[in-house]
Amino acid sequence: MIAIVDYGMGNLRSVEKAVEHVSPNSKVLVTSDPGKILEADRVIFPGQGAMPDCMRELDARGLRDAVLQAARDKPFLGICIGLQMLFEFSEEGNVAGLGILRGRVKRFPADQMFDTSGEKLKVPHIGWNEVEECMSHPLWEGIEDQSRFYFVHSYYVEPEDESIVAATSRYPFRFASAVAKRNIFAVQFHPEKSQHAGLALLRNFSAWNGEFSSGEKQVRLC
Amino acid sequence: MGLSKRIIPCLDVTGGRVVKGVNFVGLRDAGDPVEIAKRYDEQGADELTFLDITASSDERGLILKIIEDVASQVFIPLTVGGGVRAVADVRSLLNAGADKVSMNTSAVSNPDLVAEASNRFGSQCIVVAIDAKKVSENKWEVFTHGGRRQTGLDAIEWAVRMQSLGAGEILLTSMDRDGTKNGFDLELTRKVSDALDIPLIASGGVGNLAHLADGVLEGHADAVLAASIFHYGEYTVRQAKEYMATRQIEVRL
Repeated sequence: MIAIVDYGMGNLRSVEKAVEHVSPNSKVLVTSDPGKILEADRVIFPGQGAMPDCMRELDARGLRDAVLQAARDKPFLGICIGLQMLFEFSEEGNVAGLGILRGRVKRFPADQMFDTSGEKLKVPHIGWNEVEECMSHPLWEGIEDQSRFYFVHSYYVEPEDESIVAATSRYPFRFASAVAKRNIFAVQFHPEKSQHAGLALLRNFSAWNGEFSSGEKQVRLC
Repeated sequence: MGLSKRIIPCLDVTGGRVVKGVNFVGLRDAGDPVEIAKRYDEQGADELTFLDITASSDERGLILKIIEDVASQVFIPLTVGGGVRAVADVRSLLNAGADKVSMNTSAVSNPDLVAEASNRFGSQCIVVAIDAKKVSENKWEVFTHGGRRQTGLDAIEWAVRMQSLGAGEILLTSMDRDGTKNGFDLELTRKVSDALDIPLIASGGVGNLAHLADGVLEGHADAVLAASIFHYGEYTVRQAKEYMATRQIEVRL
């Protein structure tokens, strides 16, 4: 069973439908029951809206411990705010995150939001951007490097340990658009809305056993 | 290379069918919203917008079924607008599978709805649609009720106000150009886009591929929306993107 953690923030229908589409034989459950999350074979941790609200609602539903536990030992996929919440601290409302990964969540700085020709770049960063894969990983299987995925966000993560960066994107500077550590894979973009590339990633996740070691065989690509 | 400019086909829906005659080669039932959405998805559309133009309230539920069907087969962002009057309308559209909901008349009659909906669901899913008409040199006014009612609001100021209330994007339609095939009102588009920090989607007047590129290059639009040039099979979305790429615009091909 694949559990999609529902803590009352935003719309999880898209994630549910996309996972059902790529994995018709899996049971997909949108749930706010900690027991179901702990029973699941795989856990998807999505998120929309503002991170302070997401953290508050997660705790209000008593889901923190179940999410922490799942992030320790199950194939675990964070999406958007579900990526940001894994880190220690967010500039959005100056709130603490779950602290599973070391680093901070920062806002795109207004004074740097210009492209190379001096045109203003809008925030939120909305649309299809290139994702440059920095490591080989089971979740990148069959996904061409620099494929475009759909993003919607105003904040980005800055991991302390650069070796967990699984992909970067540019807006206008490079930021981490995916991270990977052991059984955790988390992305800033929305695979459920990223057509072929996004569905491929979800398909890979639904088959992933959660094993990944960034050992010496691991080649840093960016 | 970075973020690409988006091309968004727009479908007008009423009574469960797409109207304005969509005409694809090889598509038997040209009015079926799911089939049409799939076709645009295959052509490489970056998003899809559905505008519910149903007048009678007893048929309004039909759009929910359509969005549900489309969302289980098409995995790109879906925006739905038309007749959104309350937070409950936003919720039911999102639950059906819409990723964004657009508001137009109701944003003017009740600006708090924009704030309330964006607080509740996040500004990423709130689009404010603005129908603007030139009323004098350098002045455009907001119209509502499908363009029938003049509001006295300045279009640029209104867009900025909607941004501050929590809109995640602005969909700007020039009423002077809509349906003319003479291209976007580039001056209006540029002025509104430059005044905003959030993305602007330009709409109204696209008659050829050069118009789409002009909307980005001269109108400073972050995304371009068009209906008829795609519906009647004049151009595919892919052709539009290939053309935009020749004008040095970054697109998802």
